[in-house]
Amino acid sequence: MDKPLLDVRNISKAFGGVIANKNVSLKVEKGQIAGLIGPNGSGKTTMFNSIVGYHPIDAGEIWFNGREISRLRVGAIARMGLLRTFQQTRIYGKMTCMENMLISLPDRSSGFASLLRSRHSAGVRRAKELLDFVGLYSKRYLYAGDLSFGQQKLLEFAMALINEPEMLLLDEPTAGINPTLINGLIDRLKRANKELGITLLVIEHNMRVIMNLADHIYCLAHGEMLAEGSPEDIRNDPRVIDAYLGAH
Amino acid sequence: MDNLNLLIAAPILNVQLLLDGLMIGAIFALAAFGMALVWGVMNIINVAQGEFVILGGYMTLLLVKYGLPPLLGIPFAAITLFVLGWLLYRLIIWRIVDADMFISLLATFGVSIMMQQLMNEIFGSDVRTAESGLGMSYLFNNMVTVSQIKVLAFILAFVIGLALWLFLKRSRLGQAIRATSQNPRAARILGIDTGRVYAATYAINAALCGAAGALVVMAWSIHPYAGLPYTVRSFMIVIMAGLGNLGGVIAAGLGLGAAEQFAGFLLGAEYQLAFVFLLLVAVLVWRQINLARKRQYLK
Amino acid sequence: MNRTTYHYLAIAVLALLGVAAPYLFPAYLSQFSKLWLFIVLALTWDLTGGQMGYNSFGNVVFFGVGMYAAAAVQVALYYPLAAYTAAKGGGTEFIFNTSQFLTGLAAGLPAAGVLAALTAVALGLIILGMRGHYFAIATLGLAIAAGELASGWDLIGAGSGMVTPTPPDSLDTTTLFYYLSFALAALTFVFLAWLYSTRYGLAINAIRDDEDKAEAMGHHTIRNKVIAWTIAAFFLGMAGGIFGNLSKFIDPIDVAFNGAEIGVWMILMAILGGKGTLWGPVIGASVFYVMKELFWTYLLGWQRVALGLLIILIVVFFPQGIVGWLKERWPSRFGPTAAEMEAADAKGEA
Ligand SMILES: Nc1ncnc2c1ncn2[C@@H]1O[C@H](COP(=O)(O)OP(=O)(O)OP(=O)(O)O)[C@@H](O)[C@H]1O
Ligand SMILES: [Mg+2]
Repeated sequence: MDKPLLDVRNISKAFGGVIANKNVSLKVEKGQIAGLIGPNGSGKTTMFNSIVGYHPIDAGEIWFNGREISRLRVGAIARMGLLRTFQQTRIYGKMTCMENMLISLPDRSSGFASLLRSRHSAGVRRAKELLDFVGLYSKRYLYAGDLSFGQQKLLEFAMALINEPEMLLLDEPTAGINPTLINGLIDRLKRANKELGITLLVIEHNMRVIMNLADHIYCLAHGEMLAEGSPEDIRNDPRVIDAYLGAH
Repeated sequence: MDNLNLLIAAPILNVQLLLDGLMIGAIFALAAFGMALVWGVMNIINVAQGEFVILGGYMTLLLVKYGLPPLLGIPFAAITLFVLGWLLYRLIIWRIVDADMFISLLATFGVSIMMQQLMNEIFGSDVRTAESGLGMSYLFNNMVTVSQIKVLAFILAFVIGLALWLFLKRSRLGQAIRATSQNPRAARILGIDTGRVYAATYAINAALCGAAGALVVMAWSIHPYAGLPYTVRSFMIVIMAGLGNLGGVIAAGLGLGAAEQFAGFLLGAEYQLAFVFLLLVAVLVWRQINLARKRQYLK
Repeated sequence: MNRTTYHYLAIAVLALLGVAAPYLFPAYLSQFSKLWLFIVLALTWDLTGGQMGYNSFGNVVFFGVGMYAAAAVQVALYYPLAAYTAAKGGGTEFIFNTSQFLTGLAAGLPAAGVLAALTAVALGLIILGMRGHYFAIATLGLAIAAGELASGWDLIGAGSGMVTPTPPDSLDTTTLFYYLSFALAALTFVFLAWLYSTRYGLAINAIRDDEDKAEAMGHHTIRNKVIAWTIAAFFLGMAGGIFGNLSKFIDPIDVAFNGAEIGVWMILMAILGGKGTLWGPVIGASVFYVMKELFWTYLLGWQRVALGLLIILIVVFFPQGIVGWLKERWPSRFGPTAAEMEAADAKGEA
């Protein structure tokens, strides 16, 4: 088998006394959709932050696409094609949805000169397609800050897609999304994976969603990797059931 | 660098500079307590801090003019500045508590330049000083002189720091202030009148500055436009100490005072202000590098 | 008539006014020169403050650096600088004939811009990593430290300042500097209007709205920030060069690095007109300049009180500024409509 696209090896991260991640490992193969679950405060978001370079890790290594990224900074990692969305959705509030999309076009290989082209010069069609893809086409000239929370989440997702990342880390993509939209969103995530070839790692609390979506699931509890396996294995794993029931 | 040789040749000079520095540093710390309080509780960086200090000095001079002992200026300045702080809060500051921090920087800057020129019109533009009536002490065979007002300032800074700490820990108002600083919404729900808490916080800050100013005018001198360096020093001290760390404020204040005395002596007095402001930039850069190493960002 | 027409009409009227002012208001020409320079100050402040969200108290550093740089080059082309400043510039031996004076300006002003820009690169790489008020206060420290340092540097006259080269009597410098100021303002405006229409404009807006997000999306945020400050510094430096010549005398603290006045005025002008808009700084500077002249004429001795009050009133009650207010009040007339945005996008698509 090929080397995994994302390879997290035994990383640990503590905040003062709180050990948020303890010796956790995780592998995501190219083209896969992987899931990451765990009770509140189990260290999922912390793990994302460690991967994308938001804070230094205390121990362990992170490899992406055959390169070690453990010590790179956020921007450099993003430019390698590893993007994340935020649990607390982040968009550019005082810019329109179109502008949000256009400035998220990939500029990885090109230098500063490409920024000096007109803002309408590239990607307009693609931006519209993707806004349509997430159902925001009719809102494209509204300020992103005026959208509802769920719509902002969808916009953030579209912004990540237009950046054509190799891999996308999604932090609770369905939180705050209307249940009737959730099925559509699952469908879109699957299509992004299949049609655009984007490898996904998804944090999710909604069991139905993650079972439906992921090929392989990791479960964190109290900062440690509790279990991993196919959705079927995870669903029937007594430790996972325990962790979820025990935490609430 | 002639002065450096001087320092090496006459080590006793170091003692003199160090003592002077520590004692002025204690006064810096006093104003910095106030800044830390307002910053921590109201999320406002008060640019008018230095003008409060200078006004405290003028309040003391006012007493002297009517023949009262200047030492009374310390409580008098504290009380008048407390009232002024309260009024300013009710007039202006309450509007910017929740605003973006740049708004509050600019608004308090507006207060500061108004106060500068008002003081200039009312008290005149001369450099002024007040005779404390305390004498000098001579140490090390008269090689080191220490004016006793500076010693008093030094001791008072500690006493007031301690009193402030006790006040915040023990008194009802102090507890309300701490509650509000942690979560104003929750505090309001619990029935705390946060408007009053903010007013009190801002007024206490002004009072602390006023007391510091009374000491400044007795130990050194003031003029209407001498405020900004005190603001900057307070800011630096708070950054170095971190919010909510009164002991750290004293330590940073003393350190800054000493550093300034040595810099002033070595570089020449005309560069002392430049040193203060460059040190500010250096402190910020140092903080930045530390944060960058942690791959972390400031909000 | 639609919005674009208004836009071009406003530009045409301003341009006409700019060209014709020496004939229309010959007595107020130096005031008009300063007004154009103030517009440059406000426009360049807004590039980082309004468009990028980096509020600087220290842009006056570039203004001052440019002022000294221009004067120094103007002098040094023909005389040893140290001797000139030592003689307080007034000595009768330092004569500039017309061609020397003009050559000095032609070399000095670009040099002012370049030196200011280099200063911005050096400072920006160090302090543009700071966020929010930490950046604002660091720049305040820089502005004041710069003034103090300049007051101690003998080569440029130290605390007693520097007299700019005296032009020959035959030269009508009032008109010359007027047209230079006007040209600089026009150049700055056109350049920024173009810059804001590019993807770079979006990139700095993104930094303003959420810098962490921009970085997480792979933007070169540091590079973009330094470039913005550098552009601002370049135009500011040239403005400083002209301003120094207009003032005829450069005092390190009261003219060149006057953070408490000019440094704050630029912020105020941008906010008064409307932060983050193209026209805001232009309108804000014009309104503010008139107010300032009135304060300084009728409220002498109290002008800072009035100014302080004005600052408080503006930032507390009117933070959105004139253009921001107009946009809120009449969004369809002053903000771009969806149809216009659609059309602009369509043009790019074709
Ligand atoms: N910056 C931080 N400073 C201190 N503690 C932190 C920080 N970030 C996270 N923690 C702590 O680390 C633990 C893990 O937090 P994390 O956000 O990773 O949980 P999570 O699994 O994403 O939870 P949720 O499902 O609620 O989003 C928590 O106890 C949290 O309080
Ligand atoms: Mg989380």
